[in-house]
Amino acid sequence: MAERPREIIKRNLFSDNQVLRQILGICSSLAVTNTMRNSLVMGIGLSFVTALSSLTLSAMRNIIPHRVRMLVQTLVIAAYVIFLDLLLKAYLPDISKQLGPYVGLIITNCIIMGRAEAYAQQNKPVASMLDGLFAGLGYTLVLMIISLIREVMGFGTLFGINVNVLNLQTWTIMIMPPAAFFIIGGLIWGLSARALRRAGKEKEA
Amino acid sequence: MTPPISPWIIFLASIITSNMILANFLGMCSYLSVSTEYKTANGLGMAVTMVLVLTSALNWLVYEYVIVPLGLVYLQYIIFIMVIAALVQILEMAMDRFLPEMHAKLGIFLPLITVNCAILGATLFQVIRHYDFLQSVLFGLGSGLGWWLAIDMLAAMREKLAKVKLPPGVSGPALAFIITGVVAMAFIGFSGIFVIQ
Repeated sequence: MAERPREIIKRNLFSDNQVLRQILGICSSLAVTNTMRNSLVMGIGLSFVTALSSLTLSAMRNIIPHRVRMLVQTLVIAAYVIFLDLLLKAYLPDISKQLGPYVGLIITNCIIMGRAEAYAQQNKPVASMLDGLFAGLGYTLVLMIISLIREVMGFGTLFGINVNVLNLQTWTIMIMPPAAFFIIGGLIWGLSARALRRAGKEKEA
Repeated sequence: MTPPISPWIIFLASIITSNMILANFLGMCSYLSVSTEYKTANGLGMAVTMVLVLTSALNWLVYEYVIVPLGLVYLQYIIFIMVIAALVQILEMAMDRFLPEMHAKLGIFLPLITVNCAILGATLFQVIRHYDFLQSVLFGLGSGLGWWLAIDMLAAMREKLAKVKLPPGVSGPALAFIITGVVAMAFIGFSGIFVIQ
């Protein structure tokens, strides 16, 4: 019990990264990663929703009847997603249009529900908020890595700024769906191979 | 404005060129976790298809006759997700009562489906693209069949690959992603036949 904030941050960003280690929240991490700008907005949006819904649900954890908790969780999450959607529509209308249905689909993003179930149920509000926030930032980190690869190789740009100084041929495949699957598959493969190697070394020692 | 596309084109396109998984990345969580065995994957595919058709139709009616007239567009996400949850619940009870064999086969998947983003995603797509009723229903049916096709292909390949010796770390989700990438690449070959976006 009572994990220190540093441990919460480290766990969520690296050792238990929601996307690459828990394989949660995959849909949107594949769909919006063709440009870095979209990924950043999506990541911040998801962190915002996860942090606030964890905070709210943790504060209410003792008054929600156990049997209807899923329903309450969904409603709380949906309320924050609506808030986020309206904010994006008002201040970043073009990005909101590009993200299309994926903003609304944050409701069914397993990361938020996962944090609410696994952490906010048992922990105090502030710790839960921190946990939710960094789970979201861990997701953002992965999104940024994937979209860095895809945007640089697919469009030759970074945040929309041209970095293709040598004028190389860009790979259209990188902005199409298959590349997203290959990159995330490769990242997961690399990480779990590393975890296996480490476990093997510990056994030998 | 309703797009001037034949509903049948939408139907075929949503199976092949705009496949829910291979082009739109929706419903990935259950796609990855329930695809290790062909038989269960097939059952889930069937259940998803059924729920998608029903929710597409129901959510279209709700949007057109409840949400828009009452000016509740800003609450649409909550309303859609509640319609989906309620429909899945009713479907489960009705199946238990009238089709016990089918319930025994598909029952365990139904609660999973409420949080499957393909279902909410299809509804949001049809709202954003202003489909009419027939277009929505066929879009739902096509999306479901496309999802079913994709999970069946993945499960069949994973069953075969389970018997092969693989490099460390690749088995499990990483392999599933790589297989899906290859399948998605093959499906790009169909692009250009139908254009609906």
